[in-house]
Amino acid sequence: MDKVSTQSYSASPATASGFIRGVLLKAALFLILINLLFVAVYPLSTLGRLSLYNWLFPGRLRLPFGEAPERAYNLSLYQLDAMFASHVLNGTPKPASEYRVFLLGDSNTWGFLLRNEQTLAGRLNALKLSTPDGQEIRFYNLGYPTISLTKDLLLLDYALRYDPDMVIWLVTLEAFPQEKQLSSPLVQNNPAPVRQLIQTYQLPANPNDPAFAEETLWERTILSQRRTLADMLRLQLYGVMWAATGIDQDYPATYTPVQSDLAPDLEYGEFSPPELPVENLAFDVLLAGNKMLGERPLLIVNEPIYISRGENSHLRYNFYYPRWAYDEYRRLLAQESQNNGWITLDLWDMIEPGFFTNTAIHLDPEGTEMLAERIAEFLYSMLSKDTATK
Amino acid sequence: MTLGQILVFAVLSLVIGRWANLRWRPWLLMVFSLLAIYWLQPGMPLRYMDFWLPTLALALTVWVWAATRSGGLRQLSSADLGAAGLILVVVLLIGLTRYVAPLCCLTATRPPPVSQIGLGLVFVAGLGLFLRLIRGNRSWILGFGVIFILIVFVILKTEPLTTALSAAVRGLMQQDVALASALDVRWLGFSYIAFRLLHVLRDRMAGRLPDTGLGELVSFILFFPALTAGPIDRIQRFSNDFRHDFRLDSPQLLEAGERLVWGIFKKFVLANALTLLALNAFNANQIQSPFWMWVVVYAYALLIYFDFSGYTDVAIGLGLLSGIRLPENFSRPYLQKNLTQFWNSWHMTLANWFRAYYFNPLTRALRGARSLPVGWIILTGQLSTMVLLGLWHGVTWNFAIWGAWHGLGLFLHNRWSEFLRRRDQPAENSPWRQRLLNAGGTLLTFHYVALGWVWFVLPTPQLAWRVWSVLLGLG
Repeated sequence: MDKVSTQSYSASPATASGFIRGVLLKAALFLILINLLFVAVYPLSTLGRLSLYNWLFPGRLRLPFGEAPERAYNLSLYQLDAMFASHVLNGTPKPASEYRVFLLGDSNTWGFLLRNEQTLAGRLNALKLSTPDGQEIRFYNLGYPTISLTKDLLLLDYALRYDPDMVIWLVTLEAFPQEKQLSSPLVQNNPAPVRQLIQTYQLPANPNDPAFAEETLWERTILSQRRTLADMLRLQLYGVMWAATGIDQDYPATYTPVQSDLAPDLEYGEFSPPELPVENLAFDVLLAGNKMLGERPLLIVNEPIYISRGENSHLRYNFYYPRWAYDEYRRLLAQESQNNGWITLDLWDMIEPGFFTNTAIHLDPEGTEMLAERIAEFLYSMLSKDTATK
Repeated sequence: MTLGQILVFAVLSLVIGRWANLRWRPWLLMVFSLLAIYWLQPGMPLRYMDFWLPTLALALTVWVWAATRSGGLRQLSSADLGAAGLILVVVLLIGLTRYVAPLCCLTATRPPPVSQIGLGLVFVAGLGLFLRLIRGNRSWILGFGVIFILIVFVILKTEPLTTALSAAVRGLMQQDVALASALDVRWLGFSYIAFRLLHVLRDRMAGRLPDTGLGELVSFILFFPALTAGPIDRIQRFSNDFRHDFRLDSPQLLEAGERLVWGIFKKFVLANALTLLALNAFNANQIQSPFWMWVVVYAYALLIYFDFSGYTDVAIGLGLLSGIRLPENFSRPYLQKNLTQFWNSWHMTLANWFRAYYFNPLTRALRGARSLPVGWIILTGQLSTMVLLGLWHGVTWNFAIWGAWHGLGLFLHNRWSEFLRRRDQPAENSPWRQRLLNAGGTLLTFHYVALGWVWFVLPTPQLAWRVWSVLLGLG
């Protein structure tokens, strides 16, 4: 401690008490002022866009998500600007020679238990596809590990600024129930853009749903947003380990394989056979996605599911789905696609049970490769048809 | 220490420094230190161990006091009797929290039944009295104390021995012996407590120990700001502050506040952030590129500095608030021009301890044996000192290699300096050339230290060697 800097303070006890009071008062005032300033400016979005990815570190190949950050070098955060700023999309200018395809979907698309090169986007890119016009088709992984079509729509809405030429949206029944639309933490923590989507596309979700993380004045302070701020900083710091290792999820040595013996349960959520009312499924979100994309093509893929051959498999396909509900869902999806002119590829049973990992929708590397080849085949014929039509 | 614990300690220290007078301050320092050892001790799978280990630390302190104090039982002062009584009351009160739901517990788990505590206290007091009653040449007691503490230290620092100890305690407590693990016995702050106790015993043997009251010694050994991560103070210096009246004034408050804020920032912001990207046993196998390996090694070098020096700043800040000026432990270590200067500025109190109680006596003894060349004396002294300093962190090959790496470095630097000193006409360096040499020395020293951290942080020589291979572009 520099003596010169302290000599102006009196050493008398009375002054010392005053000094303590002064320090505490000034500290409290500073804390209040800095929080008020933060509330007024609310710079989370700007801060989120500040990123070392695509500059000091390579951009991430999938959106940030991680349940064991210290081993995954990745973490879950819900600030869309920060999430996309870390994605390779953000640092990749679109050349004229690129045909840009976004992949939307759940943890299967994101690539749970798969390395980046083994994900659907990785497998599709490895096929080095090109359009009939000679443009190189490049696939970007925008999957995110929670199941909700509204979550996908939210990500699509943000991702449009990166100018996709086409979107492939992998869906499964579990993403459709209306009551699950707002259950994803990503949706709950982005109330403003989700409300905007509800309003713009007249979605039936409740814009005042209590699940939304409300941003009151207090919620906008630094004190309240400290976790978000810390997560944004951690995301940058994990960039070092992402760059150094190429690892972005925790790969456990072993995992519990997908359940093949099933309970004799015919219920699907709140639905009992044979009723799976179409109004209770979020087909309107798929419609919104189509509208959002306008002229750009959207390919809806009903993703493969695990079809059990174990106990009670005559009643259920897997842990998620009773047979009657899933069959009805497929019928409704085909019907809605036909009614709305959607391009749909139903691949529900294309993968054998041996190619699933820990859940009824998670594919292993070989299963993902088969799926990629099937999608690529369809895509090629679809784009060829499109070119021929033009 | 967590932020919450630091805040509580800051308030307690402020109370001591600002409002306690000479009469009350020693008592408050002792009581808060007693409470702190129980509060900070983490929980363990071994039943009641989070109560018994702090109690054992306290017992060792009382026994060392009994063994080192001159004079018989009749010369016990009222202050010593008061301190002994207060210790008994505090320990019993902590034990009694077992029965008081809202207060339970200061310890991580429920304390043992009072009957067990009573027996334990009777044993501690009985042994203390026995040590006080022994007349005549008491030096064997001091020697036995040194050996006993060293044995406990070695057991706690050697994984197989700690596991065996855990198994023995589990058997005693009728817990599953098969689950015994070295992690079962985590004695908070024992590395520092043991070295303070050894310092007291050795200074008593050398006739350098001032007469110290029981409360004073307990406060010195278990001083709550320095319990978890040092620094290792000296009783002579501590007593000087302890015995003087103190009233916290504005400049002292400002200085303490600065140290606290800076320490908290270093520990909880910088070090915690660096943890995410620093070298560790998990990522050491995952990185293939030399560039990124260097990055994580640099990150670890900074992490360990900010973490450790941050804790030291907090300890010094808390000490200043309560009127105890703890010694500095770091002085810009990574800006030093050579390894010798580095070790004069890194964990200075531990280095000084080893210098005083091992290196200097050993070197003196070796110099006595005139047949040994000077170079050998220096090599033996520095190498063995640094290996021991490494083993102080844990008895593993990696800590030994880390110590040897530094011992060898210190020896080489010593010989190089000697060579330069003996040159007939040392070259005159222009200022810019000198600056360049200094910068080069700093850079070289930092990298030598950083390469050493690889051995320090990783659990096996194989893994450390793999990291070295990647760093040097060999693997």
